Amino acid sequence: MPTEKQLSVSDNEVLIELKKINKWYGGFHALKNVDLTVRKGERIVLCGPSGSGKSTLIRCINHLEEIKDGSIRVAGQEIDKAAKSIETVRREVGMVFQSFNLFPHLKIIDNCTLALRRVKGIPRLEAEEFARKYLDRVHILEQADKYPAQLSGGQQQRVAIARALCMEPKVMLFDEPTSALDPEMVKEVLDTMIGLAEDGMTMICVTHEMGFARQVGHRILFMADGEILEETTPEAFFKNPQHDRAKAFLGEILAHH
Amino acid sequence: MDKFGFPEFLFLLQGLKWTVLLTIISFVGGGIIGLVIALARVSPVKTIQRAATAYIALFQGTPLLMQLFVIYYGLALMSFNIDAWVAVSIAYTAHASAFLGDIWRGAIQSLPKGQIEASNALALGYVSRMRDIVLPQALKISLPATIGFAVQLTKGTSLAAIVGFVELARAGQIVSNLIFQPLLVFGVVGAIYFFICWPMSILGSHLERKLSLGY
Repeated sequence: MPTEKQLSVSDNEVLIELKKINKWYGGFHALKNVDLTVRKGERIVLCGPSGSGKSTLIRCINHLEEIKDGSIRVAGQEIDKAAKSIETVRREVGMVFQSFNLFPHLKIIDNCTLALRRVKGIPRLEAEEFARKYLDRVHILEQADKYPAQLSGGQQQRVAIARALCMEPKVMLFDEPTSALDPEMVKEVLDTMIGLAEDGMTMICVTHEMGFARQVGHRILFMADGEILEETTPEAFFKNPQHDRAKAFLGEILAHH
Repeated sequence: MDKFGFPEFLFLLQGLKWTVLLTIISFVGGGIIGLVIALARVSPVKTIQRAATAYIALFQGTPLLMQLFVIYYGLALMSFNIDAWVAVSIAYTAHASAFLGDIWRGAIQSLPKGQIEASNALALGYVSRMRDIVLPQALKISLPATIGFAVQLTKGTSLAAIVGFVELARAGQIVSNLIFQPLLVFGVVGAIYFFICWPMSILGSHLERKLSLGY
């Protein structure tokens, strides 16, 4: 039974289409024939035990990881061997990392304007105006002239979100965005993400924040051993997980909360 | 003529001039080629990477003295009639580029992988990734080693005397042979080297401290 959230996006255009993705790390089969379709405006939560391939999966979408076979199409662009196709896809996909990965030698504002200037060729002043808009949106505008190390973890992660938003991506990937944060800073980052969700951003989030999953996720994907074992609404997943691995995983996660 | 007077001191300063010039030429030339070597060394293209590795191995693995001989006499034998100046400049530039290239290569590889991933995720191209992200951080990390090498290079130019290049050490030897006061003359020569190299070391630690305040 699709929920109200689900119905609102089910007719939208397809933004991401992964078909039969296979990925190996040496002899380790990290992704096994994974299929995934994401429509515009859809918010997907990926969860699963560590080593299940969930981070690898989203890192394939913007070609931070190379796949062995299968096809990846993002916003109409298929990723092939050509550098141009990879760049085209990366311009449409924003990414937020577990460890923020801000550029430590650049001020917050320059972290945000760099890609605008270098990739989109926008003049500095215009780019800064743009960056201020997004820094304001993640409520961190007053830190614009500081360096990353002068900010708390939660603030750094919000800057990372603003940096990605500046490129006006069609989809945002979150790779465990709150896992490296002190507990008291998790909420400010999740609130920022919820704000994005409310504005209709297409999102794929690898996260163990189950409250967040329940609140914003249209679909939840449970992965283990490189496969998507369960794909359903968060409500159904939490109430009635089908797979034994999913039950065991939820047991572990919920025991901590 | 048996006293160490002003003319003798002036003669030493003439030698110092060539020492400083040779150091600057080889550091600048070696820096430019070294940058190319460092970038080649971390290139994704295996052939380029191997060529850079071989270059570094060659110039780090053989004595500078031998490199000087090979370039000075070798080129002459191949009937390139070159000046001592040009020969030592080429030799020291090659020497410096191998060492600086390797120092910077190490610094580039020491950057967290997340920096490259973030640049890639933002769709930055190779040039911007290197110029805006990788090199500024790598050069900062390698600053102590780079300045340390510059000090080594300054002192190392004394070896150029072997092919008839009259720099500070050789000038000292000439004066010493004239006035038979080796202790005094080489004492002065040593002091001059010291007052060139010591400020460089101080500048190095100063820059290091200043840059580390940045973040």
